Amino acid sequence: MAPKQKKKSSRGKKSPKPVLAASEDMEPVNMESMGHPEIYPLVLTTKTQEIFSCQIDEDVTDEQPYKLINKEDIFEDLRNRAAVSDFHPVKKIVQEYPGNELLLVYDRDFKYGLNFYLIGTEEGKESYLNPPEVPEEQEEYKEHIPEDVYIYKLPVSKPWVSLGSEKEIEEESVTESTKQITYMISRKRSEFGAPIKFSDQNASSVKDAYIECTAYPDKNFTLKQLEKDVGMQVIPQIKDISTQTKWTYPKNATTQYYPREFSEEEKETLKQSKPLVDFLNNASISVEIALQQNEIMNTFIDDWKYLAEEEGTFGDKTDTHLKEYQSFTDLHSPTEKMITCVSWHPTIYGLIAVSVAVRLSFEDRVHFSGKLLLQPSLILFWSFSDPIHPQLMLESPDDIFCFKFCPSDPNIIAGGCINGQIVMWDITAHADRIENIKAGGGRSKRATLKPMFLLEPESNKEAMYIRHCAVSSIENGHKKVITDIHWLSDTFEINRMGSVFENRSGICCQLVTCSADCTICFWDIRPQKLLTPQTTEKKKEESIEIPFDVPSTFLHLDLSWKPLTKVRLSKGETSLDYCPTKISLNEDHLLCKTQDKMLAQSKTEKAEEMNPYHNLESGMANLLKPIDDFCTKFFVGTEEGEVIYTDWKMEKDPETGRLMSKKPVSHHTVHDGTVHTIQRSPFYNDIILTVGGWNVAIWKEGVMTGPLLQSCCAPKRYTSGHWSLTRPGVFYIGREDGYIDIWDLLEKTHEPAQSQNICITMITYIKPWIFSSKQQFIAIADYYGTLHILEIPWTLSRPSTNEMASVNHYFEREVKHLEYVEQRKKIREQEKKEMELEMAKKKVKIYQKSKEQMQAELKMDYESYLELEKTVLINLGLIKVTEKGSYMDVM
Amino acid sequence: MNEWTNTGREPDPLPSSLAGPTAPGLGEPQAEVEETLKRIQSHKGVIGTMVVNAEGIPIRTTLDNSTTVQYAGLLHHLTMKAKSTVRDIDPQNDLTFLRIRSKKHEIMVAPDKEYLLIVIQNPCE
Repeated sequence: MAPKQKKKSSRGKKSPKPVLAASEDMEPVNMESMGHPEIYPLVLTTKTQEIFSCQIDEDVTDEQPYKLINKEDIFEDLRNRAAVSDFHPVKKIVQEYPGNELLLVYDRDFKYGLNFYLIGTEEGKESYLNPPEVPEEQEEYKEHIPEDVYIYKLPVSKPWVSLGSEKEIEEESVTESTKQITYMISRKRSEFGAPIKFSDQNASSVKDAYIECTAYPDKNFTLKQLEKDVGMQVIPQIKDISTQTKWTYPKNATTQYYPREFSEEEKETLKQSKPLVDFLNNASISVEIALQQNEIMNTFIDDWKYLAEEEGTFGDKTDTHLKEYQSFTDLHSPTEKMITCVSWHPTIYGLIAVSVAVRLSFEDRVHFSGKLLLQPSLILFWSFSDPIHPQLMLESPDDIFCFKFCPSDPNIIAGGCINGQIVMWDITAHADRIENIKAGGGRSKRATLKPMFLLEPESNKEAMYIRHCAVSSIENGHKKVITDIHWLSDTFEINRMGSVFENRSGICCQLVTCSADCTICFWDIRPQKLLTPQTTEKKKEESIEIPFDVPSTFLHLDLSWKPLTKVRLSKGETSLDYCPTKISLNEDHLLCKTQDKMLAQSKTEKAEEMNPYHNLESGMANLLKPIDDFCTKFFVGTEEGEVIYTDWKMEKDPETGRLMSKKPVSHHTVHDGTVHTIQRSPFYNDIILTVGGWNVAIWKEGVMTGPLLQSCCAPKRYTSGHWSLTRPGVFYIGREDGYIDIWDLLEKTHEPAQSQNICITMITYIKPWIFSSKQQFIAIADYYGTLHILEIPWTLSRPSTNEMASVNHYFEREVKHLEYVEQRKKIREQEKKEMELEMAKKKVKIYQKSKEQMQAELKMDYESYLELEKTVLINLGLIKVTEKGSYMDVM
Repeated sequence: MNEWTNTGREPDPLPSSLAGPTAPGLGEPQAEVEETLKRIQSHKGVIGTMVVNAEGIPIRTTLDNSTTVQYAGLLHHLTMKAKSTVRDIDPQNDLTFLRIRSKKHEIMVAPDKEYLLIVIQNPCE
């Protein structure tokens, strides 16, 4: 085999050989598709292989898989065998082949499909024979190298064919259009750098030094201005000056100023100046016109708006009835019960707590006392979602007559018992149970009448009895039934003397109760500082075990709770005291600001879940100074129907040195029966409603002369009452025959505006509540133990725009009326006095006059008697009738 | 016939322009001022009256000092602004009266060359 030979490409092209007549004019198939257009696969039969001595495995091996074949030989073969020749398909390529020897390569792997292939170009041959060095080194690449040999041909320069690009270049090129002029200026060297002298020259003097275009008036363009309208305004002279400054030290600069004023003398002199007088005379005319315009009519009133408002007050009365919503009765209690107190849960919607007591009179109670001990006294929690089963039941040692939720923590409830004890409950552990009612309330409509405790489905069959947390001490507390209980506000606290201090603990921690034993007690739920060691001994004695499921919030109070102070309502010298039934404290006393605080606390301290009631600390009353100007007065209603305004601050009796409660500031007997409601209006801080006996009275704090309004006796006794929460002039009164009277002060003040029947028996408690602006309920409790929930209609719940002002006006009028009455009383008294004086004087004068008269009368009588005597004597004939005159002379 | 000669001096002042007979302690112009202001103050609903000079310094007032100073300063600026507004629009026009009606009351300003009269009234509702 010929070794690798570099075929020189300088051979140039050879004239093509005479083309053999080809029967088929076929395009040879090349491997262009594989990226090698110079490779033409061929099949070489063994015959051809013999001819060309490229037999497989003999001449053509793996080491040398190629063979250089002469073109001549191929042509000869073609001639000899024509179409049979194996080179027939590539005949054309062979003819066109520039070189002399073609490269035939044995394709052992049938890489190109057939067993041999022909490389059709010189370059391919070259590149095959001399593959590039890099792949030669790497054996793996050897297979993939295109096995053609590229013969390097020097590029032959062809004549340039213009395609129009030179025109573009011409256009873009920048050439100088004008011929550059060059100047050469020369000067004597010595003149360079010489001092220069400038001088002025008038341009016009030198000829042709300048060219001008003089302006000339062109007649075509003249406009003659005939008229000019100019406005002038005088403005103050303005001067703008600016300078640049350097702000080295940024410093705040402040200016303090005071207004310019005239001194008194200047004012006086000015007053007398003529211009001022003239000015005032002129200005006052227009000012007075303007003032009068305003007085006549208000031009900015929106009449439409005011028209609409007026209609609201006299709206249709069709929808003013309270609609029955739900009613709750405890069906499981053995004895007949009555409801004594009702309270809505302050935060949870649809939850209402009711305290029930046995419906027996005092003698019956005593009679059945043994039986009553076995039955638990309860506070029931009703929810709108379940009218049959109460959600929670709070147990207490005895019947509860009044209770209240703690304003700062609705899980703490304080109640007053019939035996004089205060009972405390802590339902924090069961709070989530009640709260879930809200979520389940909607679903209960779909389900059957089952209470929805979704978390604990087992417990919905049993009712939850919750034992009380603490009770007050029996010896030290009240002796008789507790009639009213209130939580004091969390902003202040009281000490033993009754002085007021700031409450630093942020929660409501003091209670006030009044009882039928004529005392009002203040209680503190925080642990008292132990001064004496007596209590430890007491604790040892008490070995009562507390059931495990009762929270220990008030453990320190249980059975040893003493009141902080006791205020005795005494009537003075007599031993009979006032027997309070209800008390009404000032709004400041009850206002709670912890709502926001508790929300914030619950948000931030959720991780710790600290309940301030579980960590009660004793009060700081000893360390703080008392607040001086705090109003410590409050209203008390008594069993006899009196309304008392008294003070809770204790004063020291000068004689005995003991703490004595003050005497009441004022008291009035207005009602004929027990006062069972004293309530402040939610809109006005000093208007109080008292209901008792057969009438209603409205009072104003500060007006001591009497009630603003006192209704006349109603046909039926009034047994409960409450202000409306949204309308300032409306209040609800319950009667003993089950009717509820709705009073509207703007409509009628002598009788109720409406009357509606609720139940058949006495109404014991009324409590309205607002849930949303559209939904307001009123809970009415009756004597037979049923709690009715009614919905307040729109007209009764929505105040008209001026209602507050009108009611205020009404109260002011009433106050004035009272004052007027007082004044008239005084005037009348004065008049009376005067009249009496006159009468006395008259009597005296009469007496004097009559004395003289009597004398005159006597004289006349005497004369007439004398005449009578004379006539008688004449008639008797004893005296002769002579001339009357002489007779008179004789007389 | 009257003969008009040029005396070369100013005419004698008219008797009415001279200061009238002054009562002891009470100048007549002052009394007039007081009377006018009292009359304005006695109108229904008038809260306060004040007279302010051209620079905004109060001369006479029925309100307390701080309120007066505040009103005077603010209303003086406003009046000047209103005046220049009117004159900018039409230089031959001038501001005669300014009334500001607010929710609670109405402020009336009567401007002049040298003084301002401010009255605050509560229109009856």
